[in-house]
Amino acid sequence: MVESISDLSSRITRGETTAHAVVESAVSAAEQLNETLNAFLEIDRKGALERAEGIDQQKKSGPLAGIPVAVKDNLCVRGMQTSCGSKILGDYQAPYNATVIDRLVEAGAVIIGKTNCDEFAMGSSNENSAFGPVKNPWDLNRVSGGSSGGSAAVVAAGIVPVSFGSDTGGSVRQPASLCGVVGLKPTYGRNSRYGLVAFASSLDQVGVFGRNSRDVATALGVIAGRDPYDATTADVAVPDYVAELSGDVNGTRIGFPRTLFGVGLDAEVRDSVEAAMQTYRDLGAEIVDVELPNAKYAIAVYYIIATAEASSNLARFDGARYGFRAEEATTLRSMYKQTRDEGFGPEVKRRIMLGTYVLSAGYYDAYYRKAQQVRMLLREDFKRAFQSCDAIITPTSPTPAFLIGEKTDDPLAMYLNDIYTVTANLAGIPGINVPCGLSSERLPIGMQLLGPNWSEPTLLRLGDAYERVKPFTERPPLYAGV
Amino acid sequence: MPINESDIEKIAQLAHLEITREELLIFAPQISDIVTYVEQLNEIDTSNVEPALGGLTPEGEETNSTRDDVVAPSLGQELALAEAPDPASGHFRVPKVL
Repeated sequence: MVESISDLSSRITRGETTAHAVVESAVSAAEQLNETLNAFLEIDRKGALERAEGIDQQKKSGPLAGIPVAVKDNLCVRGMQTSCGSKILGDYQAPYNATVIDRLVEAGAVIIGKTNCDEFAMGSSNENSAFGPVKNPWDLNRVSGGSSGGSAAVVAAGIVPVSFGSDTGGSVRQPASLCGVVGLKPTYGRNSRYGLVAFASSLDQVGVFGRNSRDVATALGVIAGRDPYDATTADVAVPDYVAELSGDVNGTRIGFPRTLFGVGLDAEVRDSVEAAMQTYRDLGAEIVDVELPNAKYAIAVYYIIATAEASSNLARFDGARYGFRAEEATTLRSMYKQTRDEGFGPEVKRRIMLGTYVLSAGYYDAYYRKAQQVRMLLREDFKRAFQSCDAIITPTSPTPAFLIGEKTDDPLAMYLNDIYTVTANLAGIPGINVPCGLSSERLPIGMQLLGPNWSEPTLLRLGDAYERVKPFTERPPLYAGV
Repeated sequence: MPINESDIEKIAQLAHLEITREELLIFAPQISDIVTYVEQLNEIDTSNVEPALGGLTPEGEETNSTRDDVVAPSLGQELALAEAPDPASGHFRVPKVL
């Protein structure tokens, strides 16, 4: 069993090892593997080692004292770049910390770098990054998943034990599945979005990647909670997530939405998730049939709501106040247009245009209002389902990692990768990916567990209980083992 | 409703995007496909359904988000201008408007 981050952190605090030594080995691994993985957009050796020394000198304690972590490049970290994987922000340096970053620093975590992602978190393969795709550590010809592909890959490759990303339609859970790590999207409002560069504000949520559910529970406890800077954070007590990991799932009712296990689902993925259901049965959980009749509309709803919100949020990138500006422009209007033309990549442009279209005069009711109504029906589906179960199991991704370049010409085919994950963002509920097998090509397969609002303790308990009997001990060919 | 190239030109204009002829030829059929796909929602009867209030849990809706109206430190002019492409005399300078 790998040492948990809280045990490692305790050893650092007791002086049995130093934060400097731990962080140094993570930074070295990052530098060494990044040439191959392209998972980091910035590695801050100097700053990370200084912060680690500070922790050693102050004998700082805290749940993450001395733990090296990596952060998606759409979360603001003071003094580091925040590019969002976009040319339009380029080497923009954030002048303030996101609230979750403040909380990580307070808990003693040492941020070693910013991770690559799809431009403005829009994508399912990391191929939309202006700085090239992240390579999957299990097979360098395959995608890492997206949009938080870098954060998933650096945990999978053993560079850092935990990392952070954002999940708007599956951007934590799907890359976690494709890279073989645990990835949690918390309930909407569980943690702050202040300092997370907005993509779709009613769907975005900061999420956690880790090697196992226990480490994810520790990290979630650090970042969760109300923030006066984000009015959508809820005033709901943060439980001790680690204390909830009893290993006991006896009597827990797991919903099985049979109709989602049909067309388009890879046979090996289906078999692995069904085997995981059997494991839960063996542990005393009860599998019950549930129906989510509107889930089949989730992608359509998502691509109306997410693009509408994105077209509005991304209006701020105009070349006036920060980031890139097209130099040749001679009027204000041409500066806006040329800056945005040169600064945004094709997928971001596509989504801005789609969002502009669905919000434009005469179409609002037909698209946006309609989508919000179906979103309500989907929420009611989940509410009804959770009357008869404590969590719902599905695959996280319909297939294991696909080849780089395989789906880039067909945006709609790419969107359909998110079929299992977008529902949670639309309903606001939490979801977790837990690795549950390897395909015949030795690619990771993940199961997804969804629960009602604030059910993170249940999801983490289910993940942890599974890991106790079926620990995912396989390692990718590219592995640092820090 | 199928979307054609002139629709895309209009949308790009609204979104302050300058797109090339080549981009137009790629985007038009792609966006048209996506719009056709999302129009499957029309098969659902939503006449008696309230639209979802996006992005809030019931607990979030009840959370008191107001604060006392007191001055608190903010970024400050120097920091706010630090990343500007063309700052001048404490302002964001831009090309002429007209």
